[in-house]
Formats: sequence, C-alpha cells, structure tokens
Amino acid sequence: MSGFALSLFLSLLCGWVLGSELTFELPDNAKQCFYEDITIGTKCTLEFQVVTGGHYDVDCRLEDPDGNTLYKEMKKQYDSFTFTASKNGTYKFCFSNEFSTFTHKTVYFDFQVGDDPPLFPNENRVTALTQMESACVSIHEALKSVIDYQTHFRLREAQGRSRAEDLNTRVAFWSIGEAIILLVVSISQVVLLRSFFSDKKTTTTRVVS
Amino acid sequence: MVSVRMQPCVLTVLLLTVCSTFVSSLYFHIGETEKKCFIEEIPDETMIIGNYRTQLYDKQREEYLPATQGLGMFVEVKDPDDKVILSRQYGSEGRFTFTSHTPGEHQICLHSNSSKFALFAGGMLRVHLDIQVGEHANNYAEIAAKDKLTELQLRVRQLVEQVDQIQKEQNYQRYREERFRQTSESTNQRVLWWSIVQTLILVAIGIWQMRHLKSFFEAKKLV
Repeated sequence: MSGFALSLFLSLLCGWVLGSELTFELPDNAKQCFYEDITIGTKCTLEFQVVTGGHYDVDCRLEDPDGNTLYKEMKKQYDSFTFTASKNGTYKFCFSNEFSTFTHKTVYFDFQVGDDPPLFPNENRVTALTQMESACVSIHEALKSVIDYQTHFRLREAQGRSRAEDLNTRVAFWSIGEAIILLVVSISQVVLLRSFFSDKKTTTTRVVS
Repeated sequence: MVSVRMQPCVLTVLLLTVCSTFVSSLYFHIGETEKKCFIEEIPDETMIIGNYRTQLYDKQREEYLPATQGLGMFVEVKDPDDKVILSRQYGSEGRFTFTSHTPGEHQICLHSNSSKFALFAGGMLRVHLDIQVGEHANNYAEIAAKDKLTELQLRVRQLVEQVDQIQKEQNYQRYREERFRQTSESTNQRVLWWSIVQTLILVAIGIWQMRHLKSFFEAKKLV
C-alpha cells in the first residue's frame, strides 16, 4: 500500500502537466519559437496577448508536425485559437517581432493541451460522481474561468498603466525642455537684436571717417 | 502474495522511467551565451515552482539526447525592486522554488553555464520548461497523504486554494489600481503646473524683453 502511495506520489511529482502559460520578452527583430509534442485527437488552445511595447502587436504562427500552417496572423494584439491535433508529433508556434526596428515587446501566451489531470487519480473509480463531487467539479471549472478572466484583466491593466507612466515621463521631460527652450530663444532674440544695432553703428562711423 | 507486492514496485519503476522522459512538454531552443527571461506578475506570498530539463543535440545520432552532467543551467530570479532573490546553478535537470514577498513583476532568467564551446558545437540547447504559479504549484497527492483527506475533502481543499488565489490577485489588483491612479494624478498635476509656469515665464520674458530693448534704444538715442 505504501509502495502504491509512493508511486502515486512520484507520478504526480514528476509534473504531469498539460498546460503552459508564460510571459517573455521579445526583442526587436527577433523571433521566438516554442515546441510541444502532442498526441492525436487532443484538443488544444493557444491564446496570446501583447503586454507592453510599441503598438502592442506581434506576428504569430502555428505549425503542425508536417510544417502546414494551422494559424497565421500578422500584427495581432491578442487572439485565441482552438484546434484538435490531427497527427502525432511536434507542434511549433512562433512569435515574431521582425517588423519592428527598435521596440521590444512583452508577450504572454497560454497553451493548453488536453484537459487538466484528475485531482486524485483513483484507480477504482467505478461509480459516478456524487452530487457533492459534481458540484465541486463545476465550482472548480467556474473558478478556473474566473482566474483566466483575472489574468486577462491584469494584462490589460498592465498595458494601460505602462501607457500612463510613459505619458507621465513624457510630460515631465517636455515641460522642462520647453521652459529651457523658451528662455534660450528669448535671450538669444534680445542678444541678436542688440548685435544688429551695434554693427550698424560701427559701419556708419567708418563711413563718416 | 509476491505478485501483489511486486506490482507497486513495478509501477514505481515504470513511473520513474516515465518521469525521466516526461518532466514537461513545452520546450524552446537556447544558444550558448543566450539568456532567456520570463516574467511572472504575481501577488505577494505566492509560491512558484519551476521545472526544467535540458537536451543537447548529438550530431552523430542526429537527435536530441539528455545533456551531460557537466552542463547546467544558471537560474536567477529578481523581484520587482530588481533585487536578486534566487541565484543558483542547477544541473542539466532541475527544479527551483521561491515565494514572492512583494507583489509585482518577478523576472526568472535562465542561461547555460557551459564554458566548453565544444559541447554545443554550434548547435542549440533544448530546454523543457514549466512554471507553476500559486494554486497550480500545490501537490494535492502530497497534501492528501499528509492530512489524510478523503476525495471530497481534497476537492474542497482545492477550491479553497483557488479562492485564496483569486482573493490575493484581487488584492494585488487594488494595489496596482492605486499606483495607476497615483500616476494619473501626478500627470494631471504636472500638466497643470506646467501650463501655469509656462504662462508666467512667457509673460515675464515678454515684459523683460520690451523693457530691456526700450532702455537699449534710449541709450542708442534711436527712440
């Protein structure tokens, strides 16, 4: 029994994970690809959102093991794509910022493969779920979608906040810069005018003598 | 009797072999001196567990094989204030854990520690990475075994953890909204002050220019 529990423990410890969510930085003129081995018939979802940078857009491309493009979009801010794997093999998806010359972008993506693993792998699951258990399952699913909405809200808020902070620094620099330019221009105007009249005076004296 | 006792051992061995070939599914390629950084924006007191596994391209067999023991990955984690909270070197396969103490953007950076260029031979290192945040980082089998919970109790425990995470995230959202509001109010103040100061500077400079030029022309006997 303890051996069985140990094997169960080990199996869950080894990370039987079927969903990845990452946020990474994509420098300008760069392309970043991710790969995943998927078995046939698995329902997968790829969704991505650009968090910061430039016009908040990125190119995305999803290819199956034979190189056929399943999804290709240029300059998209956020999107979600669901597909069912038609063959076994390595699927590849790439994010490209090659169209941008100097802005680097932060991209968030969530790649879900199949369903979540069962909570308690019960080998002797013969009977159907009780009412309590099915209520727990539906609450769990609802909470998962709440967490998903929260993530998207957080990313939108990050976008808005980065724009607001940009605006704040720009206003600060611009106001100081403009005050300095005003002072410099007005003083140089006066000095220039003075120099016009000073030169005329010397030339007239020379002509007279 | 013997066969019944053998089964768990066989299962363990089977699962261990599965373990060694199946840490996580998503992978990407990394160059020798390349540093790959991932950002995790999390509320405070949230645990993050990262698992990675590396594979090196073997030219002779033309496939990716598990990397040699000498090749490790250097993992560095920075908190929102740019302070390093984890900086360690792990082997070709590793697992790192940390708990955030301040809410915000944490940066997880990975780069290989190889100094022998011959190992890479111009190829790329394949890194399988998986990062679990908050509630997903919980190992429910371990919790069930430790607290001796029934299935229903375990499910309820999972729901409690999820609700906890939602609450932390909402708290964090409130803190971020506060920062956003402060930034907007600061911009508002700056624009207001700038327009007043600019007008004053303009008027003052105008007056000074006229007075200065008037006295200048009077001195030159042109007025």
